Amino acid sequence: MISVKMKKGSSITDKIFKYVAIGAATYVLVIIAMIVINLTTGSAQIWQQEGISFLTGSDWNSVEGRESYGAAPYIMGTLVNAGIAMAISVPLSFGIAMFLSELAPKLLRTPLAMVIELLAAVPSVVYGLWGLLVFRTYIQNWIEVPLHNLFGDQSIIFAGTPFGLDIFTASVVLAIMIVPTIASISKEIMLAVPNSQREAAYMLGATKWEVFRIAVLPYSKSGLIGATILGLGRAVGETMAVTMLIGNATGAAAFPSSLFAPGQTLASIMANEFAEASQGGLHLAALIGVGLILFMMAFAINVVAHLLVSKVVKSHEGAVLA
Amino acid sequence: MTKKVIMGFTLMLILLVPAMSMHASAQTSQSYTITGAGSTFVFPLMDNWRVEYNKIHPEITLNYQSIGSGAGIKLLEQKSVDFGASDAPLSATDMKNAPGVLTIPESIGGITIAYNLPGIDKGLKLTGPVIAQIFMGNITSWNDPAIVNLNPGTSLPNQKIVVAHRSDGSGTTYAFTDYLSKISPDWKTKVGQGKSVPWPVGTGGQGNAGVANIVKTTQYAVGYVELAYVFQNKMTYAFVQNADGNAFVEPTLDSVAADAAAAGTNLPSADGDWSQVSIVSQPGSNSYPISTLTYVMIYKDLSTVNGETQDKSTQVLDFLNWIIGDGQQYASGLLYVPLPDSIKKIDEAGLAEVSFSGGAVPEFGPVAALVLAIAIVSIIAVSSKSRIGFNPKI
Repeated sequence: MISVKMKKGSSITDKIFKYVAIGAATYVLVIIAMIVINLTTGSAQIWQQEGISFLTGSDWNSVEGRESYGAAPYIMGTLVNAGIAMAISVPLSFGIAMFLSELAPKLLRTPLAMVIELLAAVPSVVYGLWGLLVFRTYIQNWIEVPLHNLFGDQSIIFAGTPFGLDIFTASVVLAIMIVPTIASISKEIMLAVPNSQREAAYMLGATKWEVFRIAVLPYSKSGLIGATILGLGRAVGETMAVTMLIGNATGAAAFPSSLFAPGQTLASIMANEFAEASQGGLHLAALIGVGLILFMMAFAINVVAHLLVSKVVKSHEGAVLA
Repeated sequence: MTKKVIMGFTLMLILLVPAMSMHASAQTSQSYTITGAGSTFVFPLMDNWRVEYNKIHPEITLNYQSIGSGAGIKLLEQKSVDFGASDAPLSATDMKNAPGVLTIPESIGGITIAYNLPGIDKGLKLTGPVIAQIFMGNITSWNDPAIVNLNPGTSLPNQKIVVAHRSDGSGTTYAFTDYLSKISPDWKTKVGQGKSVPWPVGTGGQGNAGVANIVKTTQYAVGYVELAYVFQNKMTYAFVQNADGNAFVEPTLDSVAADAAAAGTNLPSADGDWSQVSIVSQPGSNSYPISTLTYVMIYKDLSTVNGETQDKSTQVLDFLNWIIGDGQQYASGLLYVPLPDSIKKIDEAGLAEVSFSGGAVPEFGPVAALVLAIAIVSIIAVSSKSRIGFNPKI
């Protein structure tokens, strides 16, 4: 009697366990599938109307009767903005991670790491408002105006009227925002390198830098790439802070021609215009199309990241993965 | 045996539901929540109306979500709010999506040309075509002859103009580009009118506050900002040439009201086509030319709105009648322009058309819901218990 009951009970729990686990795993796939379906059907109208020129065109006109949409300036804006942010934040983050894992005394390591994680938890709107109300004036008076006066309008990248709301400011604030993400993950990865590696290197008479170069870096390379990609993902998709700082030009004027000119990213054009785009119109389809481009970009970044990581893993068996 | 008793009890409870619900609808001290959504521009005034109306009618609460005019119209088309609020009239497409919607102007906005010129106070004189040339990037310097000629005696700096505009789709942009399209053929062909337009030059700020911030903190900047924001932030602003061409008019509550009053005589009726309505550049020597109406939109037959009841629809109507009547006294305190009588008349005639054709829908009171919930729970309990009862026998 008892054994029958137990058998029956356990088969039910087994089934529940199985379905719950399958359900949880399917959830991710269903969400992704729904996003892709929604983005594709929602933007179908714009692809029919504009075709490939939606990707290559620079016209962005939502005035009734003259509608024409091309997202090229925003694609470029996103790439330039994220690129500059990565160029600033990656070296900085790796520096922080190296200090915390290799140089910092134990007493300092924990509080410093906590502060960095705290920074990662600051909402982006706070960074945006700080950038807009505080940081912008400093960046304008101390960096942009001197550089502009030094090189003048002839230099392409410093041309324009520098007043702080431009690609440069947005990129710098974006870099500040993604440093904690990259730094804290990189630190964990470097700390995960077994100490025997370091000890072996020290035994060979290596200096601190040499230990890092020959023992820690090869071991954590793939993980560091993973951390960088996570940061890049955040940089490409960041909306709130960038919208507040990038200057929000539209159409051909948004093409990132100078560091000190206002631009626009894929995420910010959606944030700006989505609420007022009329239901069922071409404008809304164009904005959803922009969302599809952004989604594809994020997808491509992840695929490239996986390829890179797997390549590095092959060359260094036993590397630490992010 | 117990099973049958529980079943019987459950059935009895279910049968009680309609009786209970009738009782619920018969209650007189019912409280209502009126829902509205849309324009952010009108939100401060709407919020004040919510507070003041609640003082007179404590049983009425207003839930107004300032999610943007376009989003408000979307919710209206989905029939999920009692009214929508928008800074721009319904477009032809919107009217097709939401047939039978009345357009009720509920307040008036004025748009100023705010600037930041060190040492120069308010009152720089500008004409419509000059404003258009500045925002098109054709006039790039403050000491351009076109500006200097309008302002003899003012020493204008030899500095580049920093143009600021709205980055988000907005009714303010709609009204401003409406004015520029009317006054400058060049603007009309090259840029046009809309909630977001292809700006040839300039930096975008989010919301009126965003543009006001750029202009306030950036020397030699110019932008178009709603009247209330300019007064609140103590900004300097231009006097704009009136439609008659005989004076440069300072933007004030009075001069904007003068413009709206002049327009009030040739507006359509509330159920008409408002998509082409514009009140910019009206005659009159004291008419400030850049102004706009903002609207409340409501279905002529309120029974089409999801979850609407006859009782509630009268409350919605009472509230809207109040905001265009007594509610207008709170407008000027918040730097909104009160409606002139000519527009009030259109509103009153429009609201008189609102009806509720669905007939008496039985109210589903909270007590009835509770009873139904108990019934469902007991059915589940009974049925699951019966299955458990079978288990030991196997």
